[in-house]
Amino acid sequence: MSRKSAVNVAVLTLLAAVVILAFLTGSTTEFAGSDATATQLLEDTGVEPWFSPMVELGSGELEAGMFAIQAAIGGTILGYCIGVLRSRQRTATETPA
Amino acid sequence: MHISEGFLPAAHCVAWYAAAAPFVVHGARAVVRQARQDPERKLLLAAMGAFTLVLSAIKLPSVTGSSSHPSGTGLGAILLKPPVMAMLGTVVLIFQALLLAHGGLTTLGANVFSMAIVGPWAAYGTWLAMRALRLPAVLGVVGAVAMANMATYTTTAIQLALAYPDPVSGLLGALTKFLAIFAVTQIPLAVAEGLLAVVVFNVLATHIPGLQAPAKEAAHV
Repeated sequence: MSRKSAVNVAVLTLLAAVVILAFLTGSTTEFAGSDATATQLLEDTGVEPWFSPMVELGSGELEAGMFAIQAAIGGTILGYCIGVLRSRQRTATETPA
Repeated sequence: MHISEGFLPAAHCVAWYAAAAPFVVHGARAVVRQARQDPERKLLLAAMGAFTLVLSAIKLPSVTGSSSHPSGTGLGAILLKPPVMAMLGTVVLIFQALLLAHGGLTTLGANVFSMAIVGPWAAYGTWLAMRALRLPAVLGVVGAVAMANMATYTTTAIQLALAYPDPVSGLLGALTKFLAIFAVTQIPLAVAEGLLAVVVFNVLATHIPGLQAPAKEAAHV
């Protein structure tokens, strides 16, 4: 394994440790979103929205699915870009000057 | 970062739209200019837009028992400079407002200001400061991206506090209340986002000549 790959693996391991530690430390609650918590705080003080979203998803499952689709679109584009960059670099390396 | 639809007073919505608009217009021009620069720059623009799309869709758990999103704009600010992220972040927020009912169209100006303007500029400023101090690039990436995350949510707390000052303790009291929701929650997420950014930075640096390589520089420290 190259040094660069080793650094990436180490950083990803540290990342996983941070996320798992955060999960275990806060695992006595339901992990409500902070955006939703702020909205709830406003509603509890009597604030009412004056405009409705264009799209109402209706269920948490549908919302989770749409977020997954968003992440999938972004991941596909990111993967494509890295793939193209890699093949261009390989072509540039292999093409004699 | 994502103030929900209709939860900012109309006057505040207009004000934040007005504040964000010049940055977004300048950002759109920066995107066009950079896309014309060379084919690799186009791919980097697409990659950073996609990275923001991915990270703003992910909810991560936090030590406070709540969850939140990474901001996703810090790395793009380092690689492409902040104006571009004003445009890319706006596209992501419009996508979420229209299709996911997350954030909103009325609150778009405020959300753009926090996530796509303040966050990237905070990242870029931190990056320049850490490089000026001759700190390793890997620390620069982690610090800058984490700062983007924290600055984004601190700005959101300020926006909500300005709109809804506490009846007793005023603006400061409201700010304390909203920071209590966002700030501590974001700390582990900011660190996690910084670490992820290092990996993506390293992968891109492997394939794009001229991008600094944090892993390579760290090896020399």
